[in-house]
Amino acid sequence: MRFFEDIEIGQRRELGSFTFTADGIKRFAAQFDPQRFHLDEEEGKKSLFGGLAASGWHVASVYMKVLVADRKHQTREALARGARIAIWGPSPGFRELRWIKPVLAGDTISFFSEVESLRSSEKRPGWGILQARNTGINERGELVFSFLATDFVPRRNGGA
Amino acid sequence: MPSRASSGSHARRQSASDASRPLEIAANNGHNQAPLAAIPTMKLTFEDFPPGHFGRFGPRRVTREEILAFAAEFDPQPMHLDEEAASKSMLQGLSASGWHLCSIMMRMMVDGFVGRAASLGSPGVNELRWLAPLRPGDDLTLDIEVMEARVSRSRPETGIVTFKALVRNAAGQALCEMVSPIILARRAAIAAEQAG
Repeated sequence: MRFFEDIEIGQRRELGSFTFTADGIKRFAAQFDPQRFHLDEEEGKKSLFGGLAASGWHVASVYMKVLVADRKHQTREALARGARIAIWGPSPGFRELRWIKPVLAGDTISFFSEVESLRSSEKRPGWGILQARNTGINERGELVFSFLATDFVPRRNGGA
Repeated sequence: MPSRASSGSHARRQSASDASRPLEIAANNGHNQAPLAAIPTMKLTFEDFPPGHFGRFGPRRVTREEILAFAAEFDPQPMHLDEEAASKSMLQGLSASGWHLCSIMMRMMVDGFVGRAASLGSPGVNELRWLAPLRPGDDLTLDIEVMEARVSRSRPETGIVTFKALVRNAAGQALCEMVSPIILARRAAIAAEQAG
C-alpha cells in the first residue's frame, strides 16, 4: 500500500472483477437480505429488477473482496521491490453510495477506484485523508454501483 | 439517543384503523417479532413512516464464527481473521468487517420492518459512518428514525422515506450510523392494486 505523498488526484485503478452466480446471490440473501427478489428467479423476474438480483450489500461486500485481493497483490509486488509498505487506517465510512442498476445472476462486475480528493488530517498530523470514487461496471459497460469512500492514509515520515 | 418525539403520533396510531396496526407494533421498541409474524398479510406503506422514532430492533448476537466466516469470504484482512494480528492492529482486537456490520444491519431491517413493508428498494446510502469496532459476542440493537417522508414527484403512487439507522452494542456504544432512503408504495396504490 502506498503512502499519502505517493498518491495523486485522478489516479485510477482497475481492482478486478467478479461473476455473481445464482447460488451465490441466494446464499448471501438468505443470510443477510432475505427479500423475495434476491432469493428466487421467478420473484426476481416479476420485480422491478427483471431477474434474480444480488442484494446491494452483496455487491458492496464483493467490492471489498476484490479490493482486498488487489491490495494483497500490490503489497506482494512492493515487498518484492524492497519498498516500504504503508499500513492504512480503518475507514471511517463512505458517502453517496448508489445502486444504479441491478446486478443479476450471471453478471460479471469489474470494479474500479479513482482518487477524488486528498487533504491533511487536522486531528492526526501523521495522516492524510483520501476520498476515492469506487465503481462497478457490468459486462455490457453499464455503471451499476458507485460510492465515495474515505480512507486514512499514513504519511511517509509520520508527518514529521 | 434517538428522538422519542414520536410518542404523540404513536398515541394517534393506537386509536387508528386496522390499516395502521403493523406500525403500532413495529414501533413498540423491539417487542415486535411475534405480533408482526401473526399478521402476515398486512403491509407497511409510505403512510406508516411519519417523521420521528420508528422502532428499535434486536438484540442480535454476533458470534466469532460468523465474523471469521464473513471475513474469510469478503474481507480477509488480519484484523478480521486472526486474534494475534488483530491485537496489534489499530482496532486493538478482533473485529468484524465493516461490510459485515452493514449486512447484519440490513438483516435486522428486513426482520424488523422491510420484510413487512411495501418496499420498492433503495437507491443507495447518503452517508454511512463506522464509529467503533464490532466485537465477537456483541449484542446489537438497531434504532430507526424517520428523518423525512415525501411523496415522489415523478411517481406519485410512491413515497421516499429517508431514515437514520443507528446500531449500538449492549453497552450502548454507537457502532454504525447510516442515512438512507427507501421507496415505498403509498396505501392508495396498494388498495387500487388489490381491487384489481
